[in-house]
Amino acid sequence: MSLPQAATAPAIPAPVSSGVSNAKLGIWLFLASEVMLFSTLFTSYVVLRMGAASWPRGWEALNVPLATLNTIVLITSSVSMVMAYARAVQRDLPGFRKYMAITIGLAYLFLIFKCYEYGSHFEHNEWPSTSIFHAVYFTLTGLHCLHVIGGIIVNSTLYWMSGKNFDHPLFLGRVEAAGLYWHFVDIVWIFLFPAIYLI
Amino acid sequence: MKSIYGWGLPVEASTYAKDVDFGIRLIHAAMFTIFILWAIFFVYLLVRYRRREGVPAKRDPEHHGIFSASLIPDLIVMLFEIALIFFYAIPVWSRIKGHAPDVPPANRIDVVAEQFAWNIHYPGADGKFGRTEMDKIHFSNPLGLDYSDPAAKDDIVLANELHLPTGRPTLIRLTSLDVIHSFWIPSFRIKQDIVPGMAIPLWVEPDRPGTYELSCAQLCGFAHSLMRATVIVQTPEDYAKWLKSAAPSVAAASTNTGQSW
Amino acid sequence: MVDTHAHPPQGFIQKYVFSQDHKIIALQYLITAWIFLLIGFVFIMVMRWSLAFPGTPIPWIGRFLPADLAPNGVISGQFYNSLCAMHGTIMVFLGVVPLGVGAFGNYLLPLQIGAPDMAFPRLNMLSYWVYLAGGLLMLGSFILPGGAAQSGWTSYPPLAIINPGQTVWLFGMVLLITSSLLGAINFIVTTLNLRAPGMHLMRMPIFVWSELVAAFLLLLAFPPLEGAAIMQLMDRIAHTSFYVPKDLVVLGMMHKASGGGQPLLWQHLFWFLAHPEVYVLLLPPMGIVAEIIANNTRKPLHGYGTIVASMLSIGAMSFIVWAHHMFVSGMSATLSNFFLVTTMIISVPSVAILTCLIFSLMGGSIRFTTPMLFALAFLPMFGIGGLTGLPLGLTVTDIYLHDTYYVIGHFHYVVVTGSIIALMGGTYHWFPKWFGRRMNDALGRFHFWGTLICMNCVFFPMFILGLAGQNRRYYDPTAHLHDLPTQPLHVLSSVAAWLLFLVQLPFIYNFFHSIWRGEKSEENPWKATTLEWACPSPPPHGNFTETPLVWRGPYEYSPEGLKTDWLPQNADPRSLEAA
Repeated sequence: MSLPQAATAPAIPAPVSSGVSNAKLGIWLFLASEVMLFSTLFTSYVVLRMGAASWPRGWEALNVPLATLNTIVLITSSVSMVMAYARAVQRDLPGFRKYMAITIGLAYLFLIFKCYEYGSHFEHNEWPSTSIFHAVYFTLTGLHCLHVIGGIIVNSTLYWMSGKNFDHPLFLGRVEAAGLYWHFVDIVWIFLFPAIYLI
Repeated sequence: MKSIYGWGLPVEASTYAKDVDFGIRLIHAAMFTIFILWAIFFVYLLVRYRRREGVPAKRDPEHHGIFSASLIPDLIVMLFEIALIFFYAIPVWSRIKGHAPDVPPANRIDVVAEQFAWNIHYPGADGKFGRTEMDKIHFSNPLGLDYSDPAAKDDIVLANELHLPTGRPTLIRLTSLDVIHSFWIPSFRIKQDIVPGMAIPLWVEPDRPGTYELSCAQLCGFAHSLMRATVIVQTPEDYAKWLKSAAPSVAAASTNTGQSW
Repeated sequence: MVDTHAHPPQGFIQKYVFSQDHKIIALQYLITAWIFLLIGFVFIMVMRWSLAFPGTPIPWIGRFLPADLAPNGVISGQFYNSLCAMHGTIMVFLGVVPLGVGAFGNYLLPLQIGAPDMAFPRLNMLSYWVYLAGGLLMLGSFILPGGAAQSGWTSYPPLAIINPGQTVWLFGMVLLITSSLLGAINFIVTTLNLRAPGMHLMRMPIFVWSELVAAFLLLLAFPPLEGAAIMQLMDRIAHTSFYVPKDLVVLGMMHKASGGGQPLLWQHLFWFLAHPEVYVLLLPPMGIVAEIIANNTRKPLHGYGTIVASMLSIGAMSFIVWAHHMFVSGMSATLSNFFLVTTMIISVPSVAILTCLIFSLMGGSIRFTTPMLFALAFLPMFGIGGLTGLPLGLTVTDIYLHDTYYVIGHFHYVVVTGSIIALMGGTYHWFPKWFGRRMNDALGRFHFWGTLICMNCVFFPMFILGLAGQNRRYYDPTAHLHDLPTQPLHVLSSVAAWLLFLVQLPFIYNFFHSIWRGEKSEENPWKATTLEWACPSPPPHGNFTETPLVWRGPYEYSPEGLKTDWLPQNADPRSLEAA
């Protein structure tokens, strides 16, 4: 190393940072781990199905029209989540609350349909232990439901916090992170739906 | 008689034992050499560069990037490893595990592992294994052999005793009734996990008559360490004699079929 | 910047129990993880009695064990399996990882990059408490109905499905995984976003790099185990059959499950986590060793770039070597060849790091301080661990050595004489920073030599046992003829393990005594260059009185033309004193 003094006036060290906010970076990393979780289950599904002697067709064993309706419900809720974020960016609290309420309501609707679907399976005496197909179906959709419930909790908290903290400097970042998470839950369903119900 | 077990590798008793041992010995010689050379160098560095008054540390020449002199020993180790892979590991591995040799039906044995015993199933003179059914399993009929099947009449079922002939390969089909076990005969240098739901083939050609030990090498429950069997390797003549003398277990077992407890 | 930094917390509970300060959380992790390591060690000391003197009652302790676990004080196979499973679980998931990542990483990473705290302090607190809950659940499983898990830390189904105790283990694992995930996100965001001005990536200390790579491994490798654990949980609770094939007969009874599952699926998923996990165990201690060596040789590390590149490539490669744990599992023989090749490739960067560390000694002015002794011992010990991995990674020789004591010897040389030795050295090295006092040197040296000798006496005989063909996980090694001649080695190993416990007592005493009574230490007692030494000992809430400016790389020791032989990263070049 050359003599430190010999250098002409050294440049003052400049800030270094990824340029992405903590919340956003954090949620992307979290989603990366979630991707790994769901890919594990999808991979296991593929492996188990390939090793199975026979596998029922999804549309014969499951309620496809209801699941299609649920897909539409989730996609709509993703749109309303985007609207809620857009309203938050515009500092429009009533607008934000309206769209957030729609998002949460649609998530509940999704769960109600899901409960009905599970219930009708249980009525026909179909349980996770019935066959490996049912095990995959209940576990994958059940885990997805847990994520929907997680989304409801996060979104409700934001709705509840928005009264006091709407102008908090971190609030917008939190809405954005919740939005990313909610889209992820939506995307998982968009993979699940064809993988389990249609093929 | 000199014990076949000691502080080193057990006696070699199968045709591929020598190949496995060659690798173990070669790698250990290499490991030992590498370690001793490094250790001498290491101790030298510690003594030579210990802290002394007035002798400052000497910096390496300024260096950037990801390549440095430390990669040279690395390169040597890597070349050794590549040679091991292509000239030793892959050829020997494919000989032992890759594909089983073609053997006549009489040289086939089924090994059915369960908590905590080894059931050895010989097809008998007809070379056909009798049908087995899960609901026929009973402690007097551990494999659930269906004795109405003619192929089952002359089958031999032994518990914890495996007879093998020298001079020709035997094909062993490994299955498990309950959990994962592992078929492990140290003297043969063979080990293979037995996974329930799978039938895993394995071949072995013993070349040294004697009595050996078969152990379970995969944790299989509370009595895992008691799960063992005796392996008796015989010359082809002795083996043929033994096969004849081993009474088909049908006589004993058939009296029990149909009886309820 | 997070607003909690502005006002330091008041009150004992907020300050020391539910603290959001990374330093307090790190010390909570430190103490908890060392206690768990001690508990795991006690388990193995009990097990080692069964190995050395099978069938005889354990003196003294045997009386206190319940009769169903240890009739007449003799350890039953079931109890041995429980201890064995919990020893592995505790050491890996509750001991070494929380120590290397949760404790050292949490304390030092923000300091070394010049950050006031972690990016998400509340998340940081949460990950400690979730970890503690998981740990207590694991320990508590001993007194819950069904007892502790007894299917090994690897929990291979179908054994894990039919054995009692496994459900609690799985719940515990889910908590531990959650804790690790939260921690990993925190570490990555902190490293990427909170570095002080001038702290470019290639100016970060090796330890920070090691934590960053370890955090990525945790982030991406743990979720597959979580998925696998969820499926095993379903198999146990909802009686699905993800891992259960058709028609099992367990102890003469038909097993009621629909079947169709694959036991090998679990092994693939488990090792997909557990191999990267090995590097999570190893990389932070390697980082610690690098820091200590650079500091005590008084010269820059040899090949900083090589070490960083090697760590990154280890991280990436560790995801495609997992099935070398499964060469004899019944997996396709052709697939084995692929994993054989990747396994040999991953040894290359490991050797590179080790070589760099040894070459760093060349030209140095080596101070044999207590932490340096531990760091130096790491090199040959990790060398033995690495070299003995060679015959295990090679398919053919693994047929013989797989699941024998050779494997136990190999990974204990890596994790115990490697990682734990390094973590002990790290404790001595950073103790002055944590508590503003130094640990006693004489006791430290006694601890070092005792530990090193005992550890080698515990683990080296295992290589001989393994070569003689002895299997792991036997509670009674004398049950097999081929294991009888080597039985004296078990006695040696056991006695050494008990002595190893005795030589830890001075360490424990030294640690707690020095917290309050140790010799007072200055801010930078080791004359080190990295940023953690630029703040007071112990650092106040918010760490740095003013944000440090980083002017240079991490290891500027013995620069020419300077009066001192160290040039801290934050020393302003405009105000340096010439020789």
